[in-house]
Amino acid sequence: MSVLVIAEHENGVLKPETAKVVAAATKIASDITVLVAGHNIAEAANHSAQIAGVQKVVAVDDASFEHQLAENTSELVVELASDFSHILFSASTTGKNIAPRVAALLDKSQISEIIDVIDADTFKRPVYAGNAIATVKSLDSQKVITVRGSAFDAVETQAACDIEDRSQSIASQVSEFVSIEQTESERPELTAAPVVISGGRGMQNGENFALLNGIADKLGAAIGASRAAVDAGFVPNDMQVGQTGKIVAPNLYIAVGISGAIQHLAGMKDSKVIVAINKDPEAPIFQVADYGLVADLFDALPELEQAL
Amino acid sequence: MKVLVPIKRVIDYNVKARVKSDNSDVDLSNVKMAINPFCEIAVEEAVRLKEAGTATEVIAVSIGDKACQEQLRTALALGADKAIHIETDAKLESLHIAKLLAKVVEQETPELVILGKQSIDSDNNQTGQMLAALTKRAQGTFASKVVVEGDKVQVTREVDGGLQTVSLSLPAVVTTDLRLNEPRYASLPNIMKAKRKPLDVIAADSLGVDLAPRIELVKVEEPAKRSGGVMVESIEELVNKLKTEAKVIS
Ligand SMILES: Cc1cc2nc3c(=O)[nH]c(=O)nc-3n(C[C@H](O)[C@H](O)[C@H](O)COP(=O)(O)OP(=O)(O)OC[C@H]3O[C@@H](n4cnc5c(N)ncnc54)[C@H](O)[C@@H]3O)c2cc1C
Ligand SMILES: Nc1ncnc2c1ncn2[C@@H]1O[C@H](COP(=O)(O)O)[C@@H](O)[C@H]1O
Repeated sequence: MSVLVIAEHENGVLKPETAKVVAAATKIASDITVLVAGHNIAEAANHSAQIAGVQKVVAVDDASFEHQLAENTSELVVELASDFSHILFSASTTGKNIAPRVAALLDKSQISEIIDVIDADTFKRPVYAGNAIATVKSLDSQKVITVRGSAFDAVETQAACDIEDRSQSIASQVSEFVSIEQTESERPELTAAPVVISGGRGMQNGENFALLNGIADKLGAAIGASRAAVDAGFVPNDMQVGQTGKIVAPNLYIAVGISGAIQHLAGMKDSKVIVAINKDPEAPIFQVADYGLVADLFDALPELEQAL
Repeated sequence: MKVLVPIKRVIDYNVKARVKSDNSDVDLSNVKMAINPFCEIAVEEAVRLKEAGTATEVIAVSIGDKACQEQLRTALALGADKAIHIETDAKLESLHIAKLLAKVVEQETPELVILGKQSIDSDNNQTGQMLAALTKRAQGTFASKVVVEGDKVQVTREVDGGLQTVSLSLPAVVTTDLRLNEPRYASLPNIMKAKRKPLDVIAADSLGVDLAPRIELVKVEEPAKRSGGVMVESIEELVNKLKTEAKVIS
């Protein structure tokens, strides 16, 4: 058995998700190859080679893969696929975009967002917004899988393994990158942060999200949001935590002015410690909170910042 | 321009799914069912394209047992022109659905297929991408904006780092994110009108697609329950407990 892991990177920088996907791969087989496809990816390839357990890195550095479009990246993965029994992607928006295309081209059924590896064919995955955990067994000869990063601990580093440079160019005829509006933030990424503080509709507007800044600074936290806060335009979409946003499992999750809808809980209920601040004592968020405080957030947040 | 909208019948998003006591699956008996929220957004987008004069016909298609005709009627009430029911009692995977949809695409030749990004039951997030691969079309997934211009469609995508815009040659496949639009409610006259719109039924078995399972459902369990928490009276008590009891801050 052999696993191909598709590296998750942005602008040539390897993302922490990759070492988590390798952690899942390690539970399947010891023969692990990482594919880094993109443009100007030397640094990402070097870092991939240093992830413990990785035996080989294949680096495909070409302008045609700069934006990791699904149409051409999937073709590249399919070309490499025959050597591998398992092909693993991160369940990021990039992985979710490309993996099913690879699976269909290989005529395989994909298994999405695994949270555990039982054996090489059998995996656990949440369904119904995490209200049920399914154990599924793949009957396909080759598996295409996406991995939920929050469920796996990143592996350590190692002395770098070999990097094979592969020159290949596949231009997509049907799809073209136009632009990216990237959210700039000095804060840690939501999915990698040890502490996350999220605001909901109770924050009332975008300016009030500033009340979370001082606390986030003191805790080294990332700032998240509920869908209602995103929909109302308080904050950008990439801050959304939940079933259809980002899945996080930090050591500490602080939910402020968030009611605790099923879809929000799906994205954060595996956090180690959950704190909820809400003025409604009946809010469902208190049912999953380790520590609940019934308070007006406009009083509680400045006090919390002071107390830290 | 013809637009095809695949829709799925799923558990209503307000209902919390319960696991059967024998752990064989989720219990869907007597549960409120509805059109998958992302599919509803897909229907809305297609209908708006028609209202704008960009689309000429909107076809809704659903794969499943007889009951999914209820959701097809909803789609017709929301403005779809015709519906296709691919009938099967089998539990199908996204790959099967995509292959069946590819057959419909072959027959109907829509310039645009708009699907939901994800079913809220399986949480698969696969079908649109698979359909795009099988029909060799470009894909614009997780769309928060769709603009058709001549023989191209510009799709703004909700990605982890922000918003990405791609330009796709038609014919193409788009999957919807929540912010794409806010679906309308069906009016009573439109619900009545929908009853007379055409709804074709095709047996899934007749389409020549191998529907044998590729994934076996071994068991379904409740997620680990969180042990009961406590209420604190003040920020001071909270910070104290986080430091000394939970030890998550210092
Ligand atoms: C298909 C689908 C997918 C979805 N995916 C997601 C998802 O991924 N993530 C997500 O979050 N949601 C998602 N949703 C939306 C979800 O159903 C809820 O609507 C949303 O999570 C509610 O956000 P909220 O808790 O901020 O708002 P509300 O439910 O309006 O809650 C606001 C809370 O703030 C409290 N509050 C108000 N003022 C104050 C104050 N001054 N001090 C303290 N507390 C205050 C209130 O008591 C209330 O509990 C999805 C919905 C659908 C249909
Ligand atoms: N049984 C079905 N019938 C019609 N469309 C479906 C069906 N299952 C999935 N789809 C479409 O594919 C999208 C994504 O589903 P999934 O890949 O299952 O998460 C849905 O939002 C629908 O648009």
